[in-house]
Amino acid sequence: MSEQIDAEQVRKVAKLARLQLSDSEIEEFTGQLGAILGYVEKMNELDTEGVEPLAHCLPISNVFRADEVEPSLGTDRALANAPERDGPFFKVPKILDDNSAA
Amino acid sequence: MSDISYEVIVGLEIHVQLCTKTKMFCSCELSFGQEANARVCPVCLGLPGALPVMNRQAVEYAMLAAMALNCEVSPFTKWDRKSYYYPDLPKNYQISQYDLPLGSHGYIEIPLEDGQTKRVRILRVHLEEDAGKNLHTAGNFSQVDLNRAGTPLLEIVTEPDMNSPSQVRALAVELQRIVRYLGVSEGDMQKGHMRFEPNINLAIKRPDGEFRTPIAEVKNLNSFRALERSIAYEVQRQLDEFLETGVTLQMGNKSTRGWNDVDEVTVLQREKEEAHDYRYFPDPDLVPVTTTPQWLEEIRSRLCELPLARQTRYVTEYGLSDYDAGVLTAERPTADFFERALAAGGEPKRVCNLLTQVGLKMAREEGVDLAALGLEPAGVADLAKMADAGTVSATAANTILESMVATGKAPTALAQELNLIQTSDAGELEGIVDQVLAENVQAVQDVVTGSKKSKKARGFLLGQVIQKTKGQANPKVVSEILDRKLK
Repeated sequence: MSEQIDAEQVRKVAKLARLQLSDSEIEEFTGQLGAILGYVEKMNELDTEGVEPLAHCLPISNVFRADEVEPSLGTDRALANAPERDGPFFKVPKILDDNSAA
Repeated sequence: MSDISYEVIVGLEIHVQLCTKTKMFCSCELSFGQEANARVCPVCLGLPGALPVMNRQAVEYAMLAAMALNCEVSPFTKWDRKSYYYPDLPKNYQISQYDLPLGSHGYIEIPLEDGQTKRVRILRVHLEEDAGKNLHTAGNFSQVDLNRAGTPLLEIVTEPDMNSPSQVRALAVELQRIVRYLGVSEGDMQKGHMRFEPNINLAIKRPDGEFRTPIAEVKNLNSFRALERSIAYEVQRQLDEFLETGVTLQMGNKSTRGWNDVDEVTVLQREKEEAHDYRYFPDPDLVPVTTTPQWLEEIRSRLCELPLARQTRYVTEYGLSDYDAGVLTAERPTADFFERALAAGGEPKRVCNLLTQVGLKMAREEGVDLAALGLEPAGVADLAKMADAGTVSATAANTILESMVATGKAPTALAQELNLIQTSDAGELEGIVDQVLAENVQAVQDVVTGSKKSKKARGFLLGQVIQKTKGQANPKVVSEILDRKLK
């Protein structure tokens, strides 16, 4: 990743993150992100030959819980901080083109 | 049209809901039919600062399923975040497994219509969390229910090894049977425990060359019927589209389609080129899973004989029909019960008939497993022996089995109580036969002269003997006596 980030890439990332940015913000963030990437670029100087990729920064694995039920919050407490509710549901802006359900 | 031929190519992605008690990363109880948002907590709501912790049971169920699907179980797997912007997953990412799935390079054997089996390769098996549900019926807004969010899902991806809608259906049915056998999922289609996403295209041969049609993925099918029909529809649609436009598979022209169950058509949802960029990266909130040979061995010891292998064995070892073998092995408790009855000395075909003709029917009526009817395998074996010995007729055996379920009594006691013991005593029956022959001279005449009425007359005489003994004469013995006397 030695190429500098350009305004088009920032626009794409912003779209993916559902952020609406003005042209001046695009310009500002292009500079900032470029500086950050330049800084991270420095790591490429390290010789990582033969070093296993790191999946997690802690040297532990297998932290499990038993399959035992604990009380849930219940509908009212779950919805207590919701900006809007409709009966027992969270109320959100109408979803068009629902390709959800991962 | 005659100079064109094509092959259907289908790969399948399946999501199977595991039957743990709690969610994948929090202790909320799995739910079906509860009030919306009743079973949620800070973890599955994605509240700031809440941390997920792996459910050991879910991981072990996933490993067991991966082993049953002949996968290599990875000694090291980790969790990744899949960016995903819909309100049914409030963290804005789904915890899934990306580059290091829990299982890979497996296969599943599926039964074909001609009685052969086919091996379909499994590309990968991994664990992930389910999303909640968005509902769009309320008006000018959407409703969100997060009860399902965080439910453990096993995602299974096959290689594109299937070549017809019926093969895909066979794989789906076989997979349902396997996960139920293993006890890792209820596999209840009505409750959405299994969801299918086939990837379909055609390899077309024409004199001017060979072509591949663009791949279409049909999303979120939740019945075997919809799965089979949507593929059949796609085959025709893609063939028509190719003939009309000549469009072929290229980078970026894969499409996503939905299934309209009412009109039975697939509907374009989006072209893949504008597909979501999931931006996977390792989840820092969860530590990896590493396995030891001992742990894997312990899980492997929970594997059982899989349904298709069992079905084949019932045909070759016990001489059952493929149909009967399929019925007995459809549910593991039924097959286990059958085998316990055989171990108690029952003859396979006789026990099979008793179970399929009476036992399973009653279990269905009661809405329970065969094993939950309260029958003892040894009792069924005793009854089978009585029927084989001619102590009771086959019909009487069915009646006795019904009473065994109703009363819990032993078959011998019931046979006496219900007066169903057959008389096989040749001496006793001989007297009755003589009596019947004396009373029906004309019929005897018809049999002996070998006239057109011979067969009918013989049947009449047999019936008279049975009637005189109030149905308790063993027809086989009576028949032998008749043969001897009417020579």
